[in-house]
Amino acid sequence: MAADWIVFWVCAPISIGSAIAMLLQRNAVHAALFLIVNLFTVAVLYLVLGAPFLFAVQIIVYAGAIMVLFLFVIMLLGVDREERLVERLRGQRTAAILLGLGVVGEVVFAIRAGVGFSTRAPAGFGAANGGGNPQALGRLLFRAYFLPFEVTSILLMVAAVAAMVLARRRERPVASAERRAQEPIEPSEPSEPSEPREEEPVG
Amino acid sequence: MDWLDWLLLAARVVVVFFVLLLSVILLVWVERKVVADMQTRKGPMRAGPRGVLVSLADGIKLFFKEGITPALADRPVYLIAPIVSMLPAFLAFAVIPFGTGVTLFGRRVPFQIADLNVGILWVLAMSSMMVYGIVLAGWSSGSNYPLLGSIRSSAQMISYEVGMALALVSVLMYSGHLRMTQIVAAQDRVWNVVPQLPAFVIYLIAGLAETNRPPFDLPEAETELVAGYHTEYSGIKFAMFYLAEYLNTVTVAAIATTLFLGGWRGPHPEHLAWLWPILWFVVKVLAIIYAYIWIRATLPRFRYDRLMAFGWKVLIPFGLVWVLATGAVIVLPDVYGRRPVVIGAAAVLAVVLLLSLLWSALARRRETVEAPS
Repeated sequence: MAADWIVFWVCAPISIGSAIAMLLQRNAVHAALFLIVNLFTVAVLYLVLGAPFLFAVQIIVYAGAIMVLFLFVIMLLGVDREERLVERLRGQRTAAILLGLGVVGEVVFAIRAGVGFSTRAPAGFGAANGGGNPQALGRLLFRAYFLPFEVTSILLMVAAVAAMVLARRRERPVASAERRAQEPIEPSEPSEPSEPREEEPVG
Repeated sequence: MDWLDWLLLAARVVVVFFVLLLSVILLVWVERKVVADMQTRKGPMRAGPRGVLVSLADGIKLFFKEGITPALADRPVYLIAPIVSMLPAFLAFAVIPFGTGVTLFGRRVPFQIADLNVGILWVLAMSSMMVYGIVLAGWSSGSNYPLLGSIRSSAQMISYEVGMALALVSVLMYSGHLRMTQIVAAQDRVWNVVPQLPAFVIYLIAGLAETNRPPFDLPEAETELVAGYHTEYSGIKFAMFYLAEYLNTVTVAAIATTLFLGGWRGPHPEHLAWLWPILWFVVKVLAIIYAYIWIRATLPRFRYDRLMAFGWKVLIPFGLVWVLATGAVIVLPDVYGRRPVVIGAAAVLAVVLLLSLLWSALARRRETVEAPS
């Protein structure tokens, strides 16, 4: 019990601190790194709360896969310059502050008033977790909730295929024309367009 | 848990930490010696008997070298990247049982740091964290070649992680446990490598790619990228990357040993019963590392597009089919019974499927040979 308490009080401040640091960070890569720290500490909190499967999946999926893709995109697109803090939408900042305070207020109210699971343990949690948390989760997902689970996975797969189809390279002539347009013009050979390059396969 | 338990846990952590560091020092020497032997050279001979202290000398040299930070580097990220690349390898080792354990001061001390009930997922999580060190190093160096290397590596490691995960999935389906000790316990009669040979092969190949070892060392291909992600690193920070690479190799070999080669299992006499499992474990890990060194000495580096094509078009489909086959072997006997007719029909079906796959692959190959684009 004491160990849980220590882990919580170590992880919770780091978690909140990294979340705030992520928001205040202007550099996109630094912000992503703080987000990784935040996801990691939240994963540890899941472990303390008795959900080891969620802990592992949080690290694998969020900290491991999704954030790597974030970094990949940030690096590939070169958006690692600092963001200018100019409001694009008018009143956005005020609205964000008001709505954020609203959410905090809701959470405080929920805990104070004892809504949902905030004061009492969820009913039958221990019984449902009998025989190990990952096993129990697997049993639920693949027996009771089999259809929704599979439908969700098909949905995700369709989304992935659709993204690939939409982002696919254009036809060859267009691509090479685009390339030619992007190519810097060499001062030494001004009159020679890059004719032979059309033969080259793109990519 | 009282203070003695905590003390024993801390002792195990410290021992594992230093043994891993020591093993890296030895491993660098072993690798150089084995590669030299395969190329009929002598390898390092100067420092210590038969050059065994060579990596210690290297380490001292690197430690006292000037650490240069490039002007364009992103300082904090540049400094934490080597540490980040070392951490996952150490952390992944925490769930690996490297022996049966002993009884000290009247309590059982398992030779394992933490027996997580999601051990195999922890391994997967840590292998997915391995990519960060390289990605951050490449980005923060503020230089083109490291960036190219790190972009390559993030694509490569994400791709091969899927194959690795499929291999792990079929192992955990077969043994029915996520806990490492139970996976080892389930191999008391037959090691997983026999029924799960394809998964073992997939794991070893994906492990090569995950640790950026040759022939999959594209992130640091010196003919193309100078030195890849660690081009701008020098001194102790470079040493950390070096250390991380070998640590990853040890960890991958240890995981393969635990999941496929029966972990610490092996015949042993009653005398000193706690020691023999550790020796067996070390021997198996060394065998896998030897195979890795052998591959490095034998195969040339892959071309980058071939590497990705192999990962996505061969390894992952093969892994998926194998997961399906494992599932069929586990579930179908419970549903249809173990009658010889059913097993025979299943075997015929499997052979037909295999032949059709082989045939289509051959046909595609013939097509490309006849009509080169």
